[in-house]
Amino acid sequence: MNERVAIIGVGYTQLRPVSSDVSFREMIYEAAVRAYEDAGIEPRDVDTFVAISEDYHEGTAIFDEYVPDQLGAVLKPVHTITQDGLTALASCVMQIKTGLFNIAVLEGHSKASNILYPSHIDAFALDPVTVRPLGFNPVFLAGLEMQRFLVETGNTEYHCGLVVAKNRATAIKNPIAAYPAEISIEDVLSSNPVSFPLKELDIARKADGAFVIVLAKESVAKRLSPYPVYVEGVGWLQDTPNIEMRDLVSSLYLTGAANMAYREAGIRNPIREIDFAEIDDTFSYKELQHIEFLGIARPGESGEMLEEGYFDIDGEFPVNPSGGNIGCGYMYDSSSLRGVYEAVLQLRGFAAERQIPDVETALIASWRGIPTASGGVVILSNRE
Amino acid sequence: MHFPQKVAVLGAGLTKFMRRAQETPKELAFEAAKMALDEAGLTIDDIDAVVLVTAPDAFDGVHMNGEYLADGAGGSKKPYMRSFVGGGSGVFGIINGWYHIASGHFRTCLVVAEEKMSSSMPHPQGTFNAIYDQFTERPLGVNLLWIFSLEMNRYMSVHKVPLETIALVAKKNKKNGLDHPCTQAGIAGDYTVEEIVNSEIMCWPVTRLMVSTVSDGAGALVLASEDFAKKVTDKPIWIEGVGWCLDTSYWTNRDLYYPKYVEYAARMAYDMAGIKDPRKEIHVVEPYDPFAYKELHHLEGLLLADKGEAPKLLEKGFWDRDTETGIPSSPSGGLLGVGNPIAAAGLMKVAEIFWQVKGTAGKRQAKREVKRGLAQAWGDLMQVGTVVILGK
Repeated sequence: MNERVAIIGVGYTQLRPVSSDVSFREMIYEAAVRAYEDAGIEPRDVDTFVAISEDYHEGTAIFDEYVPDQLGAVLKPVHTITQDGLTALASCVMQIKTGLFNIAVLEGHSKASNILYPSHIDAFALDPVTVRPLGFNPVFLAGLEMQRFLVETGNTEYHCGLVVAKNRATAIKNPIAAYPAEISIEDVLSSNPVSFPLKELDIARKADGAFVIVLAKESVAKRLSPYPVYVEGVGWLQDTPNIEMRDLVSSLYLTGAANMAYREAGIRNPIREIDFAEIDDTFSYKELQHIEFLGIARPGESGEMLEEGYFDIDGEFPVNPSGGNIGCGYMYDSSSLRGVYEAVLQLRGFAAERQIPDVETALIASWRGIPTASGGVVILSNRE
Repeated sequence: MHFPQKVAVLGAGLTKFMRRAQETPKELAFEAAKMALDEAGLTIDDIDAVVLVTAPDAFDGVHMNGEYLADGAGGSKKPYMRSFVGGGSGVFGIINGWYHIASGHFRTCLVVAEEKMSSSMPHPQGTFNAIYDQFTERPLGVNLLWIFSLEMNRYMSVHKVPLETIALVAKKNKKNGLDHPCTQAGIAGDYTVEEIVNSEIMCWPVTRLMVSTVSDGAGALVLASEDFAKKVTDKPIWIEGVGWCLDTSYWTNRDLYYPKYVEYAARMAYDMAGIKDPRKEIHVVEPYDPFAYKELHHLEGLLLADKGEAPKLLEKGFWDRDTETGIPSSPSGGLLGVGNPIAAAGLMKVAEIFWQVKGTAGKRQAKREVKRGLAQAWGDLMQVGTVVILGK
């Protein structure tokens, strides 16, 4: 099938540090109702559903059991992708492109507040034979990588602080963000050390919430939606899972994923052909690292460009106009769906106070968090 | 209806199924992937994308188990996707790989299924408690045997099936399993119905010999686009149909005697394969058989027998491997006869259909001519059906 695939509906819930008043089912339901309303469809119109979850984040084994009811997906083709949101979005795109399906729905949520000891869960992701017995807190890996990245590229802790200040301030204009704040770079630099040189405010805090996205093939999308947003390219890549074998300077997973997405979208010069980006910033240095290894800035240049305001919401290449994970809250694998949601709003021209003028093409990039080296890239555009 | 790009199966690999493998999960995945690539005559460099399936992370005791297994499965530095539908994952992996290629995104895809249940101590049934609803069911201390015994009892009551007839499934599969090179030590055998019925009661009416075992193992399949397949083989085996369906999580609100989700998944696959009369057009079938009654239950869901008829056909030998007029069911030995490393067991079923259609199943080859076969898996809370149809 040569038709493009478009996003025709997005649904969200407010992102919050805790959500003791609603269950994950209720959050998904709320986001799903909004998405179906936005797309002008009923759940019975949907041909296939994809959900993202990781058992250990949910506290339930085989979590995919609990997906169908609140999505209106009972007795339908439904499956789970235990990867980040963009890889799951690629799954929806591929399913539609087989020609078997017209409409696909993607769901992602986070109930991070249920996890009492997140670092214990992260430790379970380390190699059980060679690494886990060392008994360290996995966030140590982020400190190690940050140090190596800063030393090799010449970016500084000050630049990382600037990322945090920028993203949290940008989030003030985002009504769904969980952590908007006016903070200074000094606040970040003087916050509690976690794993040198990583500090408390360098780390995105977790949030609860849900996103549901409706995709359709082009001909159906044009019939249903006055403002379809097209998926021009998807890419995802796995670097080695062995932490001891990785190059800690470069995020090769995103370079590979981006090359795959750029090729499909026909993008040769990302900084000229793309108007803004929603890029993973789970740790402050990750935004800079990802910007450089997505090919948006040359290695070592992102910090200075950031200082010049290049990546500000009113800059030449806005990065994280939503406020990113640092401003909105980290939702594990669903974080990238917030990026997709923001990009869709911007490309439709519906982003209100934080609207970037005249945008046509957006890039969303994700990373699965420590201790992984895998991520995805999606290129969206509103061009007919 | 639109027919997607054709997808071929080029090779399959299976490790031996074991109660307690000495290999790490990565090594199991590697072994199966290497065997599948060898049968296809390819190397990992020919593979554009990798799909991995493994059932709950709690078995291996590794969070984000897909990430951990990536290099063993050949997914390092490649687009690598893990999909998941509980026990149905083994067959779903093939469906996931199928859409990688049918969408036109990739030429080749390696699908790897791995399961290491023995890491779960003292017994993986403890892990199964964590699949239930945390408020209403988990506090009861239930496991999987319990839910199966309910469903089996319901099936037997509705269709008035005697326990001895259900035991025939275990007898057939455990005998078929004797011929499978990967079969787990000590589980296949030539048992009598009395031995099966009188074996230790696990949770009435399920007895020890009517339930599949805990296993470690891995399997892999190489898939390719039509253009690629025609360059490397003269006789490709095609994926003719795929189907999957998930029912409500509220399993207590359903009548358990009939798996409607399997029927819906099967209808989706039959439609895609252009099959009007599955009883004539399917020549061999590998239904999921973690428990003896499940095979009959699924054969009815797959529309290969009327509701309540599968046990009667079983008594007549309709599902035997050497049948001339029937449809051989679980010629591999199935989960009862080979072992049940959850995701790898599902993939084993697809691999068996691949070898049956290719005509290289050796001693397990069905007597009747096989042009098309169906593999099915099941999982979650009696909830998901996954179906793949392979043909020449």
